[in-house]
Amino acid sequence: MRLEPKPAPSLAATLAYPAAAIVATFLIASLLVLAAGASPFSVFALVAKGAAGSQFAIMETLTRATPLIFTGLAVAVAFRAKLWNIGAEAQLYAGAVVTVVLGTGALPLPAPILIPLLMVAAMAAGALLLFGPAILKTRFGVDEVVTTLLLNFIVLLFVSMLLEGPLKDPMGLGWPQSPKLIAEARLPRIIQGKRLHYGFAVALVSAFIVWVIMKKSTLGYEMRAVGHNPQGARFAGIPVNATLIKTALLSGGLAALAGFSEVSGLKGNLTLDLSPGFGYTGIVVAMLAMLNPLGVVISAIFVAGIFVGADAMSRSAGVPSYIANVMTATALLTMVTAIMLSRYRVRWR
Amino acid sequence: MEAFDILFTATFWTAAIRIASPLIFATMGELICERAGVLNLGIEGIMVAGAFAGWFAVYSGADLWTGVAVAAATGAAFGLLHATLTVPFGLSQHVVGIGVTLLATSLTYFTYRLALPEVSSPPKIEPFQPWPIPLLSDIPVAGPALFSQTPFTYLAYVTVAAVAWVLYRTPLGLAVRAAGESPAAVEAQGISVTAIRVGAVMAGSALMAVGGAFLTLSAFNSFFFEMVNGRGWVCIALVVFGSWRPGKALLGAILFAAFDAYQIRLQQVAGSVVPYQVFLMMPYILSILALIVVARRATYPKALMIPYQKGER
Repeated sequence: MRLEPKPAPSLAATLAYPAAAIVATFLIASLLVLAAGASPFSVFALVAKGAAGSQFAIMETLTRATPLIFTGLAVAVAFRAKLWNIGAEAQLYAGAVVTVVLGTGALPLPAPILIPLLMVAAMAAGALLLFGPAILKTRFGVDEVVTTLLLNFIVLLFVSMLLEGPLKDPMGLGWPQSPKLIAEARLPRIIQGKRLHYGFAVALVSAFIVWVIMKKSTLGYEMRAVGHNPQGARFAGIPVNATLIKTALLSGGLAALAGFSEVSGLKGNLTLDLSPGFGYTGIVVAMLAMLNPLGVVISAIFVAGIFVGADAMSRSAGVPSYIANVMTATALLTMVTAIMLSRYRVRWR
Repeated sequence: MEAFDILFTATFWTAAIRIASPLIFATMGELICERAGVLNLGIEGIMVAGAFAGWFAVYSGADLWTGVAVAAATGAAFGLLHATLTVPFGLSQHVVGIGVTLLATSLTYFTYRLALPEVSSPPKIEPFQPWPIPLLSDIPVAGPALFSQTPFTYLAYVTVAAVAWVLYRTPLGLAVRAAGESPAAVEAQGISVTAIRVGAVMAGSALMAVGGAFLTLSAFNSFFFEMVNGRGWVCIALVVFGSWRPGKALLGAILFAAFDAYQIRLQQVAGSVVPYQVFLMMPYILSILALIVVARRATYPKALMIPYQKGER
């Protein structure tokens, strides 16, 4: 079997292959639904209804998409430069911790000053957390995949320690949770009485800014060059290590915004279950978007819809909601395969 | 000096070897994959799948060794998926590996919920029992530690010896190592690099799944979520720490496990002063430190993570 490069695919082909990947994902998921003794059509109809069937459903989906846009952007930025940041989960918690430390009364400032300050502080914490693995990679040649993965476990234990120690809510009846943020530190809701908050707007703006950086700035050009061919980039005079460090700071900062937005916009305090794997799902979101920052918004809403819809479906149809996790993992694998097939022709023999 | 006395007790070393056993299987599995030139980040999920598959087979009435075989077959199946995408298709080993981990983990959880919808506490099975080897188990300290374990742990010793023997003493092992160093040379010998790499990833993944099954069939007696808890990632660090050699990797796994067993006991001695999370962090921090120490002189297999196309030079 050989792979031969194809001529540049047409726009139709560029869209047809990812579409085929999504269809394949639904076909594979159908097998699992059948195994669970349910009808795929009715189950997927329930998923769609749960994700987008009502104003409430759409609000829930967009609320769930918000942290995924941030972690998806974090991964998209890093993977573009072939910096394998698998630690968005840890960076998310770093941002959440800083938000809680500074937002529970330590800084008595009005909201228009406090909220931007919290965002910057959270981003700094996330950036700092990825700075370590990035320095280890560029200075010592330590593989960042393993260090960022292991840091996820270390940071979660650290958060657990904080929630049972210095950050424990004295009014929390012994539960490991932080005190509530002060009102000035809360992102307002977009519509009164609904859960959707301005974190979603911040996510959209972030996606646009990241898109501008990637497409229009020198840094974006350098990141793409380093990701495409590090030796070539070095030969062309691009400071490879400095670019990787800058990428790491941007990526870690974006992931930390997910933690800030969940605490400040949605939950109001920090618990150990703040993120049900948003950092890992961000990898799927970024790959489905083919690492395009604007595509991340669409794929985050799509993935969030699957999760929200599957939750609603499993309550009524009895198919375990883990089907959403299976579908997103399958979509990741079918998508990378589809992208490859759109660029290469497979020759047997 | 209570904290140091622990190191000289037989129960401590017995626990250390027990903790090391699943790591030994999975580390050998990852080592085989990487020696053939494929980084397998599916390890964490494959261990979860193996832990469940082995346990579920036994729970459904199979005997324990059949459970081990079912786990191995499950691992090989995920290995085939990983290898198909990364070897002939040449897709990013990072992305595919994470994808396989996410898929294996979520499929396992889905199947668990489907098979056991109504359980609140995980059902138990009768696990492997310690099986002291006559005479050898009478040696002070080393006897109970090494030779009063379950037969599953003895299989781990045999696995290391077998992996080392195959890699360094057989033509197959030479082909595997060459596929990871200089695939073109393998092809020049008329051997298919694709076949060698796919085979190595399948065999390696089978071992990872067996490592997972050790948790449910020997270390504990039931399956619960999050039970692998980063052990797979630790094994990837252990392969680097062991410079891709089975013997050194075995030593690394035992050292790591001894440290893990030690922190559990230290918790009981010093737990009132230091938060328990600090102890639980230690194994992960140790893994990162070990990577930093060896990284400068690490000699990676030269073709690691580089896809190979026939006829390419």
